[in-house]
Parts: sequence; C-alpha cells; structure tokens
Amino acid sequence: MKAAVIVFPGSNRERDVCAALKRASGREPAVVWHGDSELPAADLIVLPGGFAYGDYLRCGAMAAHSPIMREVKARAQKGAPVLGICNGFQVLTEAGMLPGALLRNKTLSFICRDVHLRVENSQTIFTCGYAAGQTIRVPTAHGEGNYTADPDTLDRLEAEGRVAFRYCSAAGALTEEDNVNGSARCIAGVFNEARTVLGLMPHPENSTDPLLGCTDGQGLFDGLVSALS
Amino acid sequence: MKARVHVSLKAGVLDPQGKAIGNALASLGFTGVGEVRQGKLIEIELDGADKAAARAKVEKMCQELLANPVIENYAIELE
Repeated sequence: MKAAVIVFPGSNRERDVCAALKRASGREPAVVWHGDSELPAADLIVLPGGFAYGDYLRCGAMAAHSPIMREVKARAQKGAPVLGICNGFQVLTEAGMLPGALLRNKTLSFICRDVHLRVENSQTIFTCGYAAGQTIRVPTAHGEGNYTADPDTLDRLEAEGRVAFRYCSAAGALTEEDNVNGSARCIAGVFNEARTVLGLMPHPENSTDPLLGCTDGQGLFDGLVSALS
Repeated sequence: MKARVHVSLKAGVLDPQGKAIGNALASLGFTGVGEVRQGKLIEIELDGADKAAARAKVEKMCQELLANPVIENYAIELE
C-alpha cells in the first residue's frame, strides 16, 4: 500500500502518521505540500493532525480551500480512500467530504490524554483490522473535537453504519464522563456514504509503537494494508 | 464600500464559550443576564458602489468560506 500524506502549513503529526504507515506497509509514504496541485498515485490519501493555517477562521476552513484539496476531492469522488485524523477530520468536514462539524470541546479546554474508543463498524477498509464492539485505547489531543450534526444526519449516520468509533469507557460503556469533548452521541469518527472516507479526532498513529506502551492503533493501519495491498 | 458579516452559531448549537462568558458576567455581579452567545464580526472593504452586486458577492463569500452552514448563520450589513 502506497500512501500520500498531505502537509498544510501548521500540520504537525505528519511524521507520526508516516511512521505508522511505514511500519504497517513497509513503504515510505509520499509527502505532498498543500500548495501542490498534483497528487502522486496513491492507494490512500491521509490528512494528518495539527493546526493547518493556525486554525484561522474555523479549524480546517482555510485548508479545505487549498489547491491540493481540489485534487483530493476529485480522487475521493472516484473512490480513492481518504483518512483524516484530528485536524484532518476538521478539514474533511469543512470541505464537505464528511457530514457534520467539530465545535469547541464542552469543557473549553484542550484535551490531551488517552481515550477509549468502541469500534462501531468493522466492515470497512479502515476498521477491518478490528472486531465490531472492540474497545481500543488511543491518545487524543484537540481543542475542537466536539462533533455535531443535525438530528436527522445523526440518525442517518447511525442507521447506515457510518459511525466508525465512539468514545467509551475501558469496558466499552458510553458514559458522559468518557465522552471527553461532548460529541453528539459520543461520536469520535464517521465515514462518508461509500465508507471510503474516514475522519476521526483521536490519534491511532500515536498508538502504534510498543515503546509508547500501547499499540491499539496499529489495527487501523494493518487493516488498511490488508484491504488496499 | 464596507461589508460587515456577522457570523453566529445557529440556535441549538452548543456554545461553551458563550456559556463561560455568561458565568463570568454572573461572577462579576451582573444580574438579569440570560443566555450569552458568542459570534464573530468580519469587516471587508469592497471596490465599487453597486450595493446589490456587493451583497451578492458577500453572500457567495459567506456560503463558500466565511460561515459553515452546518453550525453557523450569517447576516450581511453594507455601508
């Protein structure tokens, strides 16, 4: 699997996701600058975490209109898989590639800690490395991760199996306390209609190195490699 | 010509910043303060004197960039 990682001014987790992709696939991802209008051939396009354009106007709003995003959108429309992590998720919602929006955390504070996620749908290229209902532990680091959408959209996402992950307790229970940022229905990640685009706030790429004490995020990258290689 | 775009969160969208401001006002002793909502004001200098054309242009700016229709409303003022 060959991945392309898009870097915006202010992205800061591109190296982390490149390391995770390389560990899983054995291939060095292509790193593409936001100002480029040409995207190399890739099996997977990744929008990494960070603070693209300093989060000016709204998180992800400026990045969503950068030159490379036209090409990312065009590829996605043809079915190319796109993964947006944290700021990448915000960019995908601002670009209209995923429904909903990410608001300020309910606590108003930046949340930097491990969270537990429940895998809601394992029948996708992104989540096939997990079992449905499985609980994983991954770090999260964001100030604007409070997922919101109108009730009809939320109902549709749930009915269509487009909720990828939910914040939960270590045992997999959905509680207000574990829903760290106040997201609607504890949603931590969603798919597009075709399940070829995933956006999620937590950082599975930072839970892939045994040195860091937990490798629960590895399943996402291993799943992608097995689905796309 | 100057355009002022007021961007505010839609009714029903949680505004934790507005809430925090409301709490701060209460702690300063201001009474009779109901719900507080925070928005933003964007001022844009525009060439030309045609108000209708300017409004149409700013409307397009709002739809494409200045506001996120999923969570925000906007109002345009021209002077």
